[in-house]
Amino acid sequence: MSLKRLNNRIFLAGIVVLLFLLPFMKVSEYVVILMNEIIVWGLFALAFNLLFGVSGMLSFGQALFYGFGAYVTGLMVIHFGAFWFIPSILIGMTAVIAISILLGLITIRLSGVYFTMLTLAFAQLGWEIVFKWYSFTGGDDGIQGIYPPDFLGTPKAYYYFSLILVLLSVWIIRKFVNSPYGLTLRCLRQNPIRVSFLGRKVKNYQLGVYVVSAIFSSLAGSLMAGINGSIHPGMLNWTTSGEVILMSVLGGIGQFFGPFLGGGVIVLIEDIIGAYTEYWSFIIGIIMLLIVLLFPKGVLGEFSKLRRRLKI
Amino acid sequence: MMKNILQLKNVRKSFDGFLAIDDVSFAVAEGELSAIIGPNGAGKSTLFNLITGYYEIDRGEITYAGINIKGRGTEAIVREGVGRSFQVSSIFQEETVLDNVRLARLAKENKTRNFRSPLEKFEETTESAYRILESLGLGNQAERYAYELAHGDQKLLDIGIALALEPRLLLLDEPTAGMSPEERIQTTHLIEKLWKEYDLTLIFIEHDMDLVFEIAQWIRVLHQGSLLAEGKPDEIRENADVIGAYLGEDHLWEGY
Ligand SMILES: Nc1ncnc2c1ncn2[C@@H]1O[C@H](COP(=O)(O)OP(=O)(O)O)[C@@H](O)[C@H]1O
Ligand SMILES: [Mg+2]
Repeated sequence: MSLKRLNNRIFLAGIVVLLFLLPFMKVSEYVVILMNEIIVWGLFALAFNLLFGVSGMLSFGQALFYGFGAYVTGLMVIHFGAFWFIPSILIGMTAVIAISILLGLITIRLSGVYFTMLTLAFAQLGWEIVFKWYSFTGGDDGIQGIYPPDFLGTPKAYYYFSLILVLLSVWIIRKFVNSPYGLTLRCLRQNPIRVSFLGRKVKNYQLGVYVVSAIFSSLAGSLMAGINGSIHPGMLNWTTSGEVILMSVLGGIGQFFGPFLGGGVIVLIEDIIGAYTEYWSFIIGIIMLLIVLLFPKGVLGEFSKLRRRLKI
Repeated sequence: MMKNILQLKNVRKSFDGFLAIDDVSFAVAEGELSAIIGPNGAGKSTLFNLITGYYEIDRGEITYAGINIKGRGTEAIVREGVGRSFQVSSIFQEETVLDNVRLARLAKENKTRNFRSPLEKFEETTESAYRILESLGLGNQAERYAYELAHGDQKLLDIGIALALEPRLLLLDEPTAGMSPEERIQTTHLIEKLWKEYDLTLIFIEHDMDLVFEIAQWIRVLHQGSLLAEGKPDEIRENADVIGAYLGEDHLWEGY
């Protein structure tokens, strides 16, 4: 047990060190940007999995909060200047609290597939608004030229900026999952009726995690806006919500870092295979199929099963 | 004179026109160890679901500790001190045995909203969870996952979760269901021990008449939604022939 924990710590510390050293490893700017995308997608997937893997709530609409963050940052920078880049991240994360409480009060009344459909419906509504409101959001064209302030002007600098925020978020989310609140969430996934027989109102806890997930989704969206300097309505579309589901399932929804790993794998596949063929989504489909058949618990899930067997 | 902790007055409950509980009235004295017996489908579990507010009664009144429970909701009733276990073990399968009970302790101590401190920080909570596991004989299995437990131990864990809430009134729904004959006897004595140790008012549902006679101070017989008889074990035993005749077949009592 404690050996396992020690191994985990060493392994995690190693990864963090690698992430920090990456820009010094004679890699091209392109790789730094790619890595930046991976960690931001990883954060988004982790936030999503708080709902799905931890609490058993399959949201098909997390793109709404992700896109919201992206557009808050994009619009503020475009209209008020680069100085507003960092404040906009916080403003997005704060505003999304109100939005997610409002939506959560409606969606969480339902459970199971009805919850899923309602989250999808709201997200598509958001997408529709962004898509149609050309004068404000740029519609289909999206928004370009979202430059962070000068000191974050290089891919390397921006990578470090994102990395620190992502690591901080991962730390907070991990604490959250390991707290009494987190235990309550895991238990209400497994047996909501019993949780109400503990005198706890299940829906309150579900609303809580819905909001927390939205906050970090918004952060991921804001960070993504700064990587490419451009955003588009597709960030709110159901395909984005679907992608984050895919990442989590691929990495393993039962493992804390599963979704993060899944995010990395999918971004890499899109990038590498996308360079050779435009049918990359077809390839992802096949990989998903294989994983679901061969590793029903996801890549990291099977890995941890193996570790349990080998006792390392 | 003993105080009544629970009172049912003309309680009625139907499901789609099927009368599951038909005009049931009784009172439970504080500190009593009593049993509810009756064949499958008699309405025993439904009665527990009504007392805990999980189902709403159609007519009548249920009073617990002086409070009319109507419209209060399960969570509120549980917080007032009503605990229960379930006919089919209702546990958190993918958590450890310790965490199953620890969650219940955290709920009791109003700490489940804490979203910052790791579980290990709650040392007293953890200790009290261990104490409960010890008193159920599950202490040495604390680190195992709940799904790894044998069936009988899962039933005990279910009781442990309820106990962790320090209920005043504990309702056990067929605590020995699915156990081997020896386990059933052990568990029956365990129930008596817990009742004394935790100073409970305890009502348990049981099919096996012999086990019921072993520990219950008071017995209520439920049949087709009605309270057929209630009394001390001796009275019910004498009455048993009558009941047997009424029910026709003896094997009905075996349940399942
Ligand atoms: N939620 C429900 N919906 C419909 N019928 C129910 C429900 N709960 C119980 N019943 C019916 O009420 C009757 C009594 O059930 P129950 O209380 O479980 O019996 P017991 O516990 O005595 O075996 C049964 O006929 C059962 O089918
Ligand atoms: Mg029953």
